[in-house]
Amino acid sequence: MNITIGTLLAFSFVASMSAMLALIWAISSKQLHVTQEDAKVIFEEGKEPSFDDSTSSRSSSSALEAPALERRYRFLLLFMFGSAAFWLVFGSFFGLIASLKLHLPEFLVSQDVLTFGRMRTMHLNSVAYGFLSLSGVGVAYWVVPAIFKTEARLVKLALVGAILWNVSLFLGVGAIAHGWTDGLEWLEIPWQIDIGLAIAGALLAIPLVVTVRHRHVHHIYVSGWYYLAGLMWFPVLFLLANVPGIHHGAQQATTNWWFAHNVLGLWLTPLGLGAAYYFLPKIIGKPIYSYRLSLIGFWALALFYSQVGMHHLIGGPVPTWVVSLSVVQSVMMIVPVIAVAINQHVLSLGNPWALKESLPFRFIAVGAIMYTLASVQGSMEAIRAINTITHFTHYTVGHAHMGAYAFVAWVLFGAMYYILPRVVGQEWPSRGGIALHFWLVFIGFVIYFVALTIGGWLQGLAMLDPARSFLESMELMKPYLTARSIGGGLMTFGHLVFVYNFIQLWRRSRSYLNSPSVANATTVGRAES
Amino acid sequence: MNRALPLIVVALMILGFATLLLVGVPAAQIWGIEAPAGLKPYTASEQRGRDIYVSEGCVYCHTQQPRSPSQGPDGLRGWGRPSTAADYVYDAPHQLGTMRTGPDLFNVGARLPSQGWQLTHLFDPRAITPQSIMPSYPYLFEFKDRAEAGDVVVPVPADFRPDGKTVVAKREALDLVSYLLSLDHTYPVSHPELRDNGFDHEEGGS
Repeated sequence: MNITIGTLLAFSFVASMSAMLALIWAISSKQLHVTQEDAKVIFEEGKEPSFDDSTSSRSSSSALEAPALERRYRFLLLFMFGSAAFWLVFGSFFGLIASLKLHLPEFLVSQDVLTFGRMRTMHLNSVAYGFLSLSGVGVAYWVVPAIFKTEARLVKLALVGAILWNVSLFLGVGAIAHGWTDGLEWLEIPWQIDIGLAIAGALLAIPLVVTVRHRHVHHIYVSGWYYLAGLMWFPVLFLLANVPGIHHGAQQATTNWWFAHNVLGLWLTPLGLGAAYYFLPKIIGKPIYSYRLSLIGFWALALFYSQVGMHHLIGGPVPTWVVSLSVVQSVMMIVPVIAVAINQHVLSLGNPWALKESLPFRFIAVGAIMYTLASVQGSMEAIRAINTITHFTHYTVGHAHMGAYAFVAWVLFGAMYYILPRVVGQEWPSRGGIALHFWLVFIGFVIYFVALTIGGWLQGLAMLDPARSFLESMELMKPYLTARSIGGGLMTFGHLVFVYNFIQLWRRSRSYLNSPSVANATTVGRAES
Repeated sequence: MNRALPLIVVALMILGFATLLLVGVPAAQIWGIEAPAGLKPYTASEQRGRDIYVSEGCVYCHTQQPRSPSQGPDGLRGWGRPSTAADYVYDAPHQLGTMRTGPDLFNVGARLPSQGWQLTHLFDPRAITPQSIMPSYPYLFEFKDRAEAGDVVVPVPADFRPDGKTVVAKREALDLVSYLLSLDHTYPVSHPELRDNGFDHEEGGS
């Protein structure tokens, strides 16, 4: 047994480290030919890049002048963002109800559909697989053609995929509501319905890969690495974890957390980082700080993040070595996080005027900072001495929302605020509406996070104290859980503002979309192509 | 980084490597271990009850994995000895859980073995613990003017009974309680190496 542990740990660590060293060597000896010039492929050729965000009057571009998109492509983007917005609001209400139930235990208990265990699960599946996945892939459908200076291919196929994804997810969330579940965290949707999601996922991935194959630029920009890898990783994860009948007992728990943490690390994180790497430099008109560093950030993410899942089972009934392996790799995650941080935050914090001037930029830059904070916090949480306090507490819930919400969701909000005016050829009706959305979700999230972080820590300390009854750890949480509902309520209100902004924009653009020249546009023109 | 295919291949190889370590090797270690002599397979009623436990989402507030005494006072709270992979051979889906809004239930059948207590607590946790934040599950019960032959009457305190009616457990409630009462892991530990012993410095881990 000792041989297994030692050998595997050493093997994995040495393999990861040598791969990293090989990569550093490859970059420094120009084996990979990535230069700072490559970071500029996102800008228009032969033109000095400039500030580009139509929500600001100082912008060099305007949505009104954006070339008309091909009808089907425009419809695809509107459908993906529109359905994502639906899932966002739908999922937020479930989250809010679940949150209220934790301090108002007699609230909505008359029917099984409304019980906490189902509401919480419907919330998670709606926002993770509905809002984040649909808007994240929707943004990829904008970014991928842009960085390759070509048009999106097989758009019809993608549209079928997006519709099937929505239908399957609707069935999945409905199944959970009625108690039909596979019973594993992040894998609740019954495997029979998962088949629909898997097919839909493939229909959404294939057109992007085909688009990459038809590219007009030689270099694959960093966003493209994240998108290509993420679109390959997620199907593998999803299929292996959902095969029915083979996993059981403690072994199933390792598969469960291998999947669940990789959904964050190898799916939602690439969707968020891919977008941030494109929009931050694009809006501000300056390339990222060190393009070569982004290469290390990407491969280190792949190497380390893929092995961190077992930190969810620290102190649990799975072999010590596999837990220790995940603890080590969780701490190693500092490497890619610092790489991304240097690249993105130097750009955003070095240009504070852009945070004020551009609301999409503000969403994305603050979201990217949240990635750094959430990741460093995650590395800390995996250390045994800290994990023993935070494990099994609401501290983890606060952390999860910092990663999935404050990072991924905010980056995607910003990306949608940038993209949507160009899709419909109209500016956002009100800059104030976007600012209101930002401040509601920002203040709401801060309340949410601070409450659960402090409360969860105290909960953990109480649980570890043999002199205090378990009931104490539950009772002391009540004020913090109440504060969490207030924060969650503000976030939900912010989401309603987002939907309101979206609807106003769409109403404003109806005449534009129906005009003959736009309705019959055949090419996916882009300002920069 | 100018070609898509090598990028995709290497990215998938890295995931394959992680899958081998986190899924493959633990499976090889855990699959095929024998159930401890004291652990019985679930009866039909217990299994039905377990299905209700899963579908109601009990796992989101209750773990089933006590920690070792070197890590926390779980044993002192009556939650049982540290569990090992051998304790879960009959469990699919696993319900280890990651949150303790409520107490660990690995040993609840030994800790709280009264059917009447469990039924009352499910009907309304605040009938037993006023400060509890656990949801009540009234839909697992029926309300009758008078209990009939074969009915299991739940000993709910008068204040908590709707209109003074008699509270009778539905089959779902009885199954769920029979599952909870089956969670008795007081038998001797088996395969102590198949758990995370990383907090047990004295024993040297493994």
